[in-house]
Amino acid sequence: MTLALAYWQESILRVLGVTVAVLLPAGTFVYVFLFKLMSFMQSRLGPMEAGPYGSMQLLAEVGKFLQKEDIFPEKADRALFRLAPYVVVASAFLVYVVVPFGPDALFADLDTGVFLVLALSSVSVLGVLMAGWASANKYSLMGGLRAAGQLIAYELPMVLAVVGVVIQAETLNMQQIVLTQNDGEIFGWGGLGNPFVLTQFVGFVVFLVATQAELTQPPFDMPVAESELVTGYMTEYSGLRFLLFFIGEFATAGAFAAIAATLFLGGWGIPFFPSDADWMNLVGPLVLFSKIMFVALLIFWFRFTYPRLREDQLQQFAWKYLIPIALANIVVTGILKVAF
Amino acid sequence: MSVIDRRELSALAARAADARVNVELETEGMTLNIGPQHPATHGTLRIIVRLDGEQVVWAEPVCGYMHRGYEKLVEVRSYPQVNTLINRIDWLGSFANEVPFILACEQLMEIEAPPRAQYIRTILFELSRISNVSLGLGDAALQLGAQTAAFYAFRDREYVLNLVEAATGGRFHPNFDRIGGLKDDLPKGWIDETKVAMRKVRDYCDEIETLVFGNEIFEARTRGIGVIPREVALQYGLSGANLRGSGVDWDLRRDQKLPMAWDKCDWKVWTHPDGDSFSRLWVRLKETYEATLIVDQLCESLPSGPVMAKVPRIIKVPEGEAWISTENPLGEMGYYVVSKGDTGPFRVKIRSASFNNISVVPWVLRGVYVPDVITILASLYFILGDIDR
Repeated sequence: MTLALAYWQESILRVLGVTVAVLLPAGTFVYVFLFKLMSFMQSRLGPMEAGPYGSMQLLAEVGKFLQKEDIFPEKADRALFRLAPYVVVASAFLVYVVVPFGPDALFADLDTGVFLVLALSSVSVLGVLMAGWASANKYSLMGGLRAAGQLIAYELPMVLAVVGVVIQAETLNMQQIVLTQNDGEIFGWGGLGNPFVLTQFVGFVVFLVATQAELTQPPFDMPVAESELVTGYMTEYSGLRFLLFFIGEFATAGAFAAIAATLFLGGWGIPFFPSDADWMNLVGPLVLFSKIMFVALLIFWFRFTYPRLREDQLQQFAWKYLIPIALANIVVTGILKVAF
Repeated sequence: MSVIDRRELSALAARAADARVNVELETEGMTLNIGPQHPATHGTLRIIVRLDGEQVVWAEPVCGYMHRGYEKLVEVRSYPQVNTLINRIDWLGSFANEVPFILACEQLMEIEAPPRAQYIRTILFELSRISNVSLGLGDAALQLGAQTAAFYAFRDREYVLNLVEAATGGRFHPNFDRIGGLKDDLPKGWIDETKVAMRKVRDYCDEIETLVFGNEIFEARTRGIGVIPREVALQYGLSGANLRGSGVDWDLRRDQKLPMAWDKCDWKVWTHPDGDSFSRLWVRLKETYEATLIVDQLCESLPSGPVMAKVPRIIKVPEGEAWISTENPLGEMGYYVVSKGDTGPFRVKIRSASFNNISVVPWVLRGVYVPDVITILASLYFILGDIDR
């Protein structure tokens, strides 16, 4: 694109862009998956009253949360209690900085994009721990500690799953990874490009499972476990701060779905179409969005189906199965990379 | 043992638990109040647990937050009025609460309901079992984090509640049983509707079996968790599916001769030898299925005739004492009725199943982890109204 913009204009555009990029998928997830898909799976209708087909329900919910009283527990650490939800939301927003939406439509073209994404996505642990500690509530504290243990355990398989992709693409740059997938070949056949979900299927599965755990969604939702810990670190939050956690939860789901779509499903690219055309800047975001929705469908489908694991079972699952599988995947990928 | 003694003992046990934790690991224990307001206690049960990390070292249930004093209240009510009160003990299977009381009164008055009334009583009894236990299964899945099963439970329980409503006029509290028979006969077309509904409930059982019981995570969470051996179960006076889940073949419907219709049809008492959470829930699932078969068979062979025996207009129960207990959805439920020949009972002792079933909680919770506390409570399956009468 050859648009000449002043620095401040560009900055405002980017801020608006990230806001839209985060809130749009988050809102869509809540409506399409949480309200509607979940309802249909559970043989009920979901919201039907607010707006046509219940489509305004999300606005109604936001309005409700904004009106609620902002309660501080008596013994809460006020500063941390205030800060925690913003840390969680910020980590979701920051991830989008390096996610490319088209050949030129991206916020920052970093050569260490993958590294940054994985680092930023684990910042939310801090927010969760802060919330758990600052609430001065035993349930919250347990939730916070469980979340910390769980997120650390599942950070590792996630990183290892991505390493396979990085080996195959020979770059840490998210944009380059997308381009490699679009123009790639599978063992000499380049008809479809090479979405890494085909050659890195094991990695994709490990990544999805780890994502599920990072998002603290069933079957890995021990930190929030509403029937045990009464939503854990969120127990004491109400009103706007709860809304922020709520947005954070779904925005993070969107962020991880975006990463998975970019790394494994070919990002904004479409097979059989040129990846350097100008119109891809307009179509690209839509393509990426539909891929995000597909990954989110998988994530939420698990969420609605499975019961919850126990904390020790979760750790066993990560250390005994996921990490060895991910390591084996790296080894095999490396061998094949050298051989071909 | 007096209340004060018990309190002292509990305090001693708590201190001992603290000391043990401190010596072994040099950590400080934490006391966690699960309840009285906690989603897993479905009501107002409070369980005090002392934790070492996430491990329970000591636990005690505290009940009585919802005590409504029914045993005292029934002393100032007439016999037909008592019916309304005892409907509310186990509110998910209300009709089953009425039956043992009515049977005890009938025994004292030396009358027996006509055969048709006995059949319909048994059918409604089993329907209330289905409406209670099917929801309990969905709720257990919900406690373990699988929301979907709970909604299926509510959906299919609706068919049963509609049947109860069509027959009695009340969905939750039928208040339909009378001394000497029933208030009314069944409405037209009820039998056919029942058969359709029973087929749907059987589908629900199959669905739950594949969705929940066939799930690896569910098995990992429930198998070997909260094992209650046969002897312990008998010592603590467990009853119902909790006892049968520990491998004791004991079912009052089969073992005791009552003027009801259970002996008129073929059915099976399910037991499971393991005694863990899985076996208790599995026995409940099988019982729900079995209950639909009982209802089907009784609907087939329903005799004709009146539904009310000859009883005086004003019911006065002759002097005497009677104890009748039946196999209710939650376990053995019985009434010890003492009459002085008045229009109302002199004293009624209510033996409800859940109160005895949760008495095993301190024993079974020792040494388990916090998530397993929820699993075990869900598998013991209590109704708060049944604990605090």
